[in-house]
Amino acid sequence: MRKLGRQLLAGPYLVWIIGFILLPVVVILYFALTNSEGDFTLSNILAIGDPIHLKALFLSLRLAVVCTVICLILAYPLAMILNKTGRKRQNLIVFIFILPMWMNFMLRILAWRMLLNNNGVINTLLETLGLPTLNIINTSTAVVFCMVYDFLPFMVLPIYNSMARISQDVVEAARDLGAGSVTVFFKIILPLTLSGVISGIIMVFVPALTSFAISDLLGGGKVMLIGNVIEQAFNQQFNWNLGSGLSIVLMIFVVVSMALMSAHDKEGGGAGVW
Amino acid sequence: MSKRLINLENISKSFDGNLVLDDLNLYIRENEFLTLLGPSGCGKTTTLRLIGGFETPDKGRVLFDDKDITALPPNQRQVNTVFQKYALFPHMNIAENIAFGLKIKKKSKKYINDKIKYALKLVNLDGFENRGVESLSGGQQQRVAIARAIVNEPKVLLLDAPLGALDLKLRQDMQYELIRLKNELGITFVYVTHDQEEALTMSDTIVVMNQGYIQQIGTPEDIYNEPTNAFVADFIGESNIIDGLMLEDRLVEILGVKFPCVDVGFGKRRPVDVVIRPEDVELVAPEHGTIEGDVTSLIFKGVHWEIDVMANGYEWLVHTTQMHPVGSHVGIKVDPFNIQIMHKPESSDERAVEMDA
Repeated sequence: MRKLGRQLLAGPYLVWIIGFILLPVVVILYFALTNSEGDFTLSNILAIGDPIHLKALFLSLRLAVVCTVICLILAYPLAMILNKTGRKRQNLIVFIFILPMWMNFMLRILAWRMLLNNNGVINTLLETLGLPTLNIINTSTAVVFCMVYDFLPFMVLPIYNSMARISQDVVEAARDLGAGSVTVFFKIILPLTLSGVISGIIMVFVPALTSFAISDLLGGGKVMLIGNVIEQAFNQQFNWNLGSGLSIVLMIFVVVSMALMSAHDKEGGGAGVW
Repeated sequence: MSKRLINLENISKSFDGNLVLDDLNLYIRENEFLTLLGPSGCGKTTTLRLIGGFETPDKGRVLFDDKDITALPPNQRQVNTVFQKYALFPHMNIAENIAFGLKIKKKSKKYINDKIKYALKLVNLDGFENRGVESLSGGQQQRVAIARAIVNEPKVLLLDAPLGALDLKLRQDMQYELIRLKNELGITFVYVTHDQEEALTMSDTIVVMNQGYIQQIGTPEDIYNEPTNAFVADFIGESNIIDGLMLEDRLVEILGVKFPCVDVGFGKRRPVDVVIRPEDVELVAPEHGTIEGDVTSLIFKGVHWEIDVMANGYEWLVHTTQMHPVGSHVGIKVDPFNIQIMHKPESSDERAVEMDA
């Protein structure tokens, strides 16, 4: 009886998993592997070989890598500073960093478009001050800029968490055994935060690789990412088969990159995401 | 006597306006097993951290081998610490943990491997080189922490309540291990604990601390048998601490009754604290006792009975191997030699005696 009760409790989740996760994947797979007549074909997958698609994929990979690296460079020192400040200030700073996440994702992107526009807020301000204006709207720079802004919290939080878990005793023990600050960092702090770094990389790299909204709104149609290509296949060309095929290719890239990162994560702490 | 290796001179230290150590003076001799003993918040751990280099004093100096090391960071001091919570490096195996200090000193691979073997043998953990930290029990982790410290051949090993988290049996075993280690290594041990039994078992010298002041320094026998004040008497073992009046040399009045004692030089009619250990109270037939009383409680403790006797308005704590049932009328007798007379606290640092006791 109790066993049945427990199984019933799991029911909604089972429906969720099957209906909203497994079924859509199967549908995408079906579309990816068929043509408009419903016959089996690999052409939708192989369409990634098309020079336009390849270019979009490589640009996506490049921007995602650049965005991830910038996030990492910004987030790691920040996490270290956070870890050194008092508990109360720490919570406040973390709160401030998470605050933008409470706002709608699209709104944030639109806000950046207003700011970065050639006649936008920033340029008006620069002109008034007699400084040279920025012309970065509709370029990859603007896209990366906004990606970093949007995804930085996802890098800061896991690194900060893993750093906060390091006991002060362990650091003192290292110093006690003769380690200077540099040795403490490379032999203790860095290895013990590696799982957080890997979580952060996965959580920034994956959305950066697959995003299309940012490049759509800040790239002005000039920055074609693989996400944009897929979106257009669905919404403009109504070619669901091609869109699904390219989605599958992108999924393979995501899965492979996550597997590569997790393989480096000996502790297993960062594998939680995957 | 061997020479003084560490000198703490006029050390004061406060945290957030709280005075933790007030003008502390202490020296530690070479090859001595010195224990800092006291309740939590007495300043014992802070004292240890000052020697380790993890704290700098607000005032005063730390001398090591007659050299001023007050401002020297921990990584440049010839001392190593065994931390209370072991503080092993979780991302390294046991061998890597032990090798940490030696690798920093750029010792050869062979030297390091020999040292790891030697240290693991010393702490009875042969063959544990490749085990992970997580797979070890608390006691084993503590042994690794000790091994990791001693391979560096420190002149002084600092131990911060290292047995606190272990169960009773293991703690007792480890006490003997530590004594053996100290004898084999021939180095100075500075040990911090709040456990008086640990302190009595292992130490050459015990420093009893309370509220940032040193209450007494002495051998375990001194501390136990001749406590200088009520705090020490109460903290080390159990005691009957009674207000008394020193009538003249060798005669003290307790609870309105005159007891002969052996102490002299307190003057006449001076209020004093009288300490009598529970095992020094003899229960005899009522007519043979100095005071008569009634047994109010009887607890079997294994080796002895713990008996409470109400006599002249004071509940006497008695440890004896003879059973006296609750309600029985008994006489209390104390050998003059076993009555310890102490001055009442007067000056500010002596007041710390009362606050916690």
